[in-house]
Amino acid sequence: MTAIPATGGVELARTGETKPEATPRVAMTSRARSERKLGWMLCAPAVTVMLLVTAYPIGYAIWLSLQRYDLRFPNDHAFVGLRNYGAVLGNSLWWQDLTNTLVITVLSVVIELVLGFLLAFVMHRAIFGRAVVRSSVLVPYGIITVVAAFAWRFAFDPTTGFVNGLLGTNRSWFTERWSSYFVIIFTEVWKTTPFMSLLLLAGFTLVPNDAVDAARVDGAGAYQRLRYIIIPLMKPAILVALLFRTLDAFRIFDTIYVQTRGAQDTESVSIIGYQTLISRLNLGLGSAVSVLIFACVLIIAFAFVKGFGTNLAQQRGESP
Amino acid sequence: MRTAAALAAAALLATGLTACGGGGESGAPTLKWYVYHEPSGAFAEAAAACTKAAGGKYSIKPVDLPNNADEQREQLVRRLAAHDGSIDIIGMDVIWTAEFAEAGWIKPFPASEADAVSKGRLKPAVKSGTFQHKLFAAPFNSNAEMLWYRTDLTKDPPKTWNDVLTQAAALRKAGKPDQILGQGQRYEGLVVWFTSLLESAGGHVLSADGTKVSLKQGPTEKALRIMRDISRSPSTPANFATAREDDGRLAWEKGGAAFMTNYSFVWPSANTNAPDIAKNMRWARFPAVDAGTPSKVAIGGFNLGVGGYSKHPDLAFQAVSCLVGEKNQIVNATKGGLLPVSQSLYDNKELTDATTDATVDGKTVKVRSFPYADVIKQELADAVVRPQTPYYNDVSLAIARTLHPTKGIDPAKDAKRLRDAVTRALKGEGLL
Repeated sequence: MTAIPATGGVELARTGETKPEATPRVAMTSRARSERKLGWMLCAPAVTVMLLVTAYPIGYAIWLSLQRYDLRFPNDHAFVGLRNYGAVLGNSLWWQDLTNTLVITVLSVVIELVLGFLLAFVMHRAIFGRAVVRSSVLVPYGIITVVAAFAWRFAFDPTTGFVNGLLGTNRSWFTERWSSYFVIIFTEVWKTTPFMSLLLLAGFTLVPNDAVDAARVDGAGAYQRLRYIIIPLMKPAILVALLFRTLDAFRIFDTIYVQTRGAQDTESVSIIGYQTLISRLNLGLGSAVSVLIFACVLIIAFAFVKGFGTNLAQQRGESP
Repeated sequence: MRTAAALAAAALLATGLTACGGGGESGAPTLKWYVYHEPSGAFAEAAAACTKAAGGKYSIKPVDLPNNADEQREQLVRRLAAHDGSIDIIGMDVIWTAEFAEAGWIKPFPASEADAVSKGRLKPAVKSGTFQHKLFAAPFNSNAEMLWYRTDLTKDPPKTWNDVLTQAAALRKAGKPDQILGQGQRYEGLVVWFTSLLESAGGHVLSADGTKVSLKQGPTEKALRIMRDISRSPSTPANFATAREDDGRLAWEKGGAAFMTNYSFVWPSANTNAPDIAKNMRWARFPAVDAGTPSKVAIGGFNLGVGGYSKHPDLAFQAVSCLVGEKNQIVNATKGGLLPVSQSLYDNKELTDATTDATVDGKTVKVRSFPYADVIKQELADAVVRPQTPYYNDVSLAIARTLHPTKGIDPAKDAKRLRDAVTRALKGEGLL
């Protein structure tokens, strides 16, 4: 999974660098046509497998979401249309949890972006021990999320943890809302900043030194070089990193489940899905929750991809 | 992409496509007993003993489930919803009976076996295995919370929750350890506490037939007021809202606490980890709500059921009758520390005289394993069963969600909110 965004970012950026074609709208040559056909044939097996393993379950989940279907009452199913969706969307719990999820998503992704950028900068500029720096930065990302969540839960625990001792307080972190949020977001940031910084490092390598040097010669200061040269050139990589982290963060489950079990108003939408589907065995209602989460993810992805499109067009020099 | 995969997994899970291993059978059938892994080996010993007693009619093979009850239920439900015929005997938490029986995942006991496995057993334990007047699960082991205190701090153990509060306040004033430990996290333990308080105050969560909400205003308010007052007491630790049974045990062994409501596992643990505290540690009946009325605690423990799709139900019922027999109950108690369900065993010498090794100042000493047998026997005889409804999980979720955090309870208002939430839960509709 990690490889895809990295290469994706590079690919997109490269397309961005190519000179605009002289006549982009002419009919395709026969060579281009056959190349395109070959391309489709080459990816056909992968597309088929993807459809088999993803389209069927998604379709089944949508079908389930339109039924009254509870595993505990196997003889009581019926088609209920959109009633399950009405029950979810009409409940204030869904909106409360959606807000919680968005707060956690936005805060953790923003912090990760800033820290990830700094880390990527350090890794890019490291003159000696580059390999050591890069692999040590990756350590938190290599730790399983549940393990990381437990580790930080124990660390912040007033009886077993070291954090209170370090800060000289006697706080019980998981008994209040904002402090629970703090620990959850802290855990997320600690764990996934390395992922962000790796994607951004790929972005840094895209910035040609010549351009930066030219700006320096022209008298641009460090801030101006960052603001007007480096960040614009890195934009595709930044967007890819943001997209992947936002989608991941939106579906947050493990950290919350381990640290607060959703208490203190920290519950995310995935936790409602788990409770309805796995704990209450209500397949109809639970599938409606899953489909709605899926829809949210699609909206986020769509918004980002839209953002890309315009950016690529601008880079190509086409009018938006 | 990852979402799609997650959805795929969820859908697969829902259809119950989990593979089930079929065993080759030759001669006597092997009955598979799905139960959590018992670390002392008491369950394995019982299985071996019953296999031997069957004289070649069947053999019993324990299959390990996770240790956490929620995870056990998840695994079992997935298999049972897919009609897994390889599940013959199931180790069931006392709260699952109604749900499993309603769905057809367990079979009712035939009259003769039902009599055999309920004769002389604790009434609440038998009730926990009964649904719609039929026995669906045989009592196997039992448990209930007691009040633990220390003789170096308290001469006369508190009888009511009010006594707990006043005695703790006095200890606090005197600068002695005064903490009150309990279970305040948003999970099943909170439901146990609430049910015990409510029943002690004379109320019930559901009507007698389990189909309608009861929760009368008077007793419910009384129970909620105690929960709030305990949670707000300066003697209750700040992390009460996240405390579970094991957090209580750890804090107790550190020595800052005067009172703790907890299960009997804290006794052997304190003797091993904190002998200085254990030597003054005593037990009393779970505190009452009103001074005149003894407390009623929510019963815990495990029952054994026979899988609804088992290929050998008759043999499985015979096997269960053997597994829950008194000899095995004694092994479970002396080896694994699991309390029996046969009332008479609480006066049996094998149990009352049983000892465990504990290390004090580097020397091994013998400590009685069940010094509290008298107290818990009384408590279990008067114990109550948590709401018996196929919607138990929904009801439990509704109670825990409405009452957590207990510090913020407003008794009059929350009694009404609770009634609404449980009513919704019993309909099985909407989010909880």
